[in-house]
Amino acid sequence: MTAFLNRPRRSLLYIPGNNPGMIQNCAIYGSDGVLLDLEDSISITEKDAARKLVKYALRNLDFGTVERVVRINGRDTTFFEKDLEEIIPACPDAVRIPKIDSPDDVRAADEIISRLENENGIEPGSVRIHAMLETAKAIVGAPAIAESSPRILGLTIGGQDLAADLGIKITREGLEMLYAKSAVILAAKANGLLAFDTVYTDINDPEGLREQAAMSVSLGFSGKAAIHPSQIAVIHEAFTPEEKEVRKAERIVRGAREAEERHLGVVAVDGRMVDAPVVAQAIRTIELAKLAGMEVDVE
Amino acid sequence: MKLETVKNSIGRYVPVSVPGLGSFTPFGGPYARLDGTYSWTPKLFPRKIPAPATDKVAPNLEEAIRRSGLESGMTISFHHHMRNGDSLVCRVLFLLEKMGIRNVTLAPSSLGDCHDCVAEMVRKGVISRLNTSGVRGEVGKAISRGDFEVPVMIRSHGGRARSIEEGSLHINVAFLAAPACDRLGNFTGSSGKTACGSMGYAMVDARYADHVIAVTDNLVDYPLAPRISIPQYLVDQVAIVDSIGDPSKIATGATRVTRDPVQLRIAELAFGLIRASGMLKNGCSFQTGGGGPSLAVAKYVKEYMKGQSIRGSYCIGGITGYMADMLKEGLFTALFDVQSFDAAVTSSMADNPYHMEVDASCYANPFNKGCLVNDLDVVVLAALDVDTDFNVDVLTGHDGVLRGASGGHSDTAAGAKLSVITIPSMRNGVPSIREQVQTVVTPGETVDAIVTEKGIAINPEREDLKSLALSAGLPVKDIRRLKDEIEKITGIPDEVRFGDEIVGLVEYRDGTIIDTLRKVL
Repeated sequence: MTAFLNRPRRSLLYIPGNNPGMIQNCAIYGSDGVLLDLEDSISITEKDAARKLVKYALRNLDFGTVERVVRINGRDTTFFEKDLEEIIPACPDAVRIPKIDSPDDVRAADEIISRLENENGIEPGSVRIHAMLETAKAIVGAPAIAESSPRILGLTIGGQDLAADLGIKITREGLEMLYAKSAVILAAKANGLLAFDTVYTDINDPEGLREQAAMSVSLGFSGKAAIHPSQIAVIHEAFTPEEKEVRKAERIVRGAREAEERHLGVVAVDGRMVDAPVVAQAIRTIELAKLAGMEVDVE
Repeated sequence: MKLETVKNSIGRYVPVSVPGLGSFTPFGGPYARLDGTYSWTPKLFPRKIPAPATDKVAPNLEEAIRRSGLESGMTISFHHHMRNGDSLVCRVLFLLEKMGIRNVTLAPSSLGDCHDCVAEMVRKGVISRLNTSGVRGEVGKAISRGDFEVPVMIRSHGGRARSIEEGSLHINVAFLAAPACDRLGNFTGSSGKTACGSMGYAMVDARYADHVIAVTDNLVDYPLAPRISIPQYLVDQVAIVDSIGDPSKIATGATRVTRDPVQLRIAELAFGLIRASGMLKNGCSFQTGGGGPSLAVAKYVKEYMKGQSIRGSYCIGGITGYMADMLKEGLFTALFDVQSFDAAVTSSMADNPYHMEVDASCYANPFNKGCLVNDLDVVVLAALDVDTDFNVDVLTGHDGVLRGASGGHSDTAAGAKLSVITIPSMRNGVPSIREQVQTVVTPGETVDAIVTEKGIAINPEREDLKSLALSAGLPVKDIRRLKDEIEKITGIPDEVRFGDEIVGLVEYRDGTIIDTLRKVL
């Protein structure tokens, strides 16, 4: 079976880059990835310290299977280049770049990252980019941004900044973000990229998060950011398929394999014909079920 | 005090004789005295027969003390069911000071943060010796810097009950805080404004002390009903005071499941291990505390039992509201409550006949004919430090200063079929797995697993448990590897400097000496 997800990215937990206690525990929170933050959670006076700490952590700590993403400061700040200069040599899996407004912002980062990979003997293109779209201009330009560099792994949306730019308030239901989220997802998917949903800021409202995470899944996001470890389980729950869905996916995957073995072009499951996209969906369902610890039988 | 010492069976140097305390046997293994051949003879003490009374209420506490015959050099006791809300210990000690009584041995079931007055009373000569399960704050500092002339004696809850029954700890006057009491001395902790739940520790003192004073701020009409925890035939006098404690500080146990991700991860792994052990099945028995990851473990256990339709037999020990809820939901048949950890427990004990109050001897005394811990399946325990031999320290902090309690730790670890220690891998950057713990309270032989957020170390003696844990996909690590992994982040802290002077003895539950406390330089 071809791995559909490559690696799980259902949840990405923001960790302040200046908090050694939290950073050293990255492997235990249970999120698929961490976003070591050098941007909004770090005050101006702490920027250097956080950058050094994150660099040290990337070089010395065992993150287990947790994906290591560093959110650097945007190109509109004086920290942008310095962040890249220090962080890229420590080989994070990706950098999340905020305030991406145009393809030029991506290309500027790409250029610096390519040079640093080269100078530090890092495999070219291995450090990926999460492009963070946080303005109306960026949302409108999402398709161009998505195709601006092969280094981009996925697009994400910066909910709070976008709301400020649009002059709107984010509600518990989050319907005001529906268009922007959909635009980002479409631009990402059109280019074979992932799409990551923004955070749910009320850490004392797991129900609200549950609803938002369910919406993320139904819209087509690959994962959602979290700002507190307690949000991770709720997010994973949203990405956990229904038992019935899993059993059906098992039958589809088994049917597809049998059809392939017998060199049949068409697959029939439960008396209905299924085509390639349905099989692909079934494989994704199986992988999400496995991630959730569900028992799966596709043999 | 500098003393001649010998090496006990776990390699700790302990005295065999201490002036002022008597002679002692070095620890010889957790089950050395439990093979069925060991015997003991209780010491006998004369009992005075009181004249019949229809009203035992004394004019005031001072007069009650006078009538009790308490003199300088005698031993007094208290229970610690009022937790950090207790005001009786300090109230009595100030009265003793005023009455000119000196050189007293203080033998409470334990001391907490609210008992800093004890340090002051040591300086003033009112108290000269201390027997307790634990100490915190100023008293711990006073002990560790050597303020007591005679070493303090630390006992487990089961060990204290044993020592009282055998007479090695003989109490002259027990001052027992009584949240609801009648004129003849029937009292309980289940009702009243300072209700604290079980009276488990007080029960043993009431039965064996020469003289028992029930001190109450809530005299009820005779007879106290429907529940009597300690009956009138054990009580000599009743003293009324305006307050025996602060109700808001009595319920200091954690009532909410932690949200700390480290504690939750530890709880998740501890639960994973318990589940993998196969012990969570119909008829199982369970004990866990109220702090740290304990409630979260209880939560996972509860969800699992509900999901699998498992009905356990009983929970024991310090009982939390969470356990009371599990009883209510029918997940266990009964609770044996020696000590209540939070306010929610009090109403459960008062209203639910299956929530039973038991005394400390029934709970954990290894020398009676069947204490509860001996039948326990699973216990989840916390620790201050552990070492590569699986020994556990619940007494001394990273600075070497005494700040913990022996409690039921060693009792339950020895009795339970599966004893799991939960501990964060580091506290404030100081690693929790040491080459050797400063003070052994619970010997490694009685510990099956140590669970940190960075992995689970399983006692090499429990290969069976190790294979079950590995099959369940749990992160089992050799304890040395785990230690190295933690030290890679923390480094290795400098050793605390101790003098030769012994400032305390740690008695194992069977009366032998497992370790000593040394003066911190």
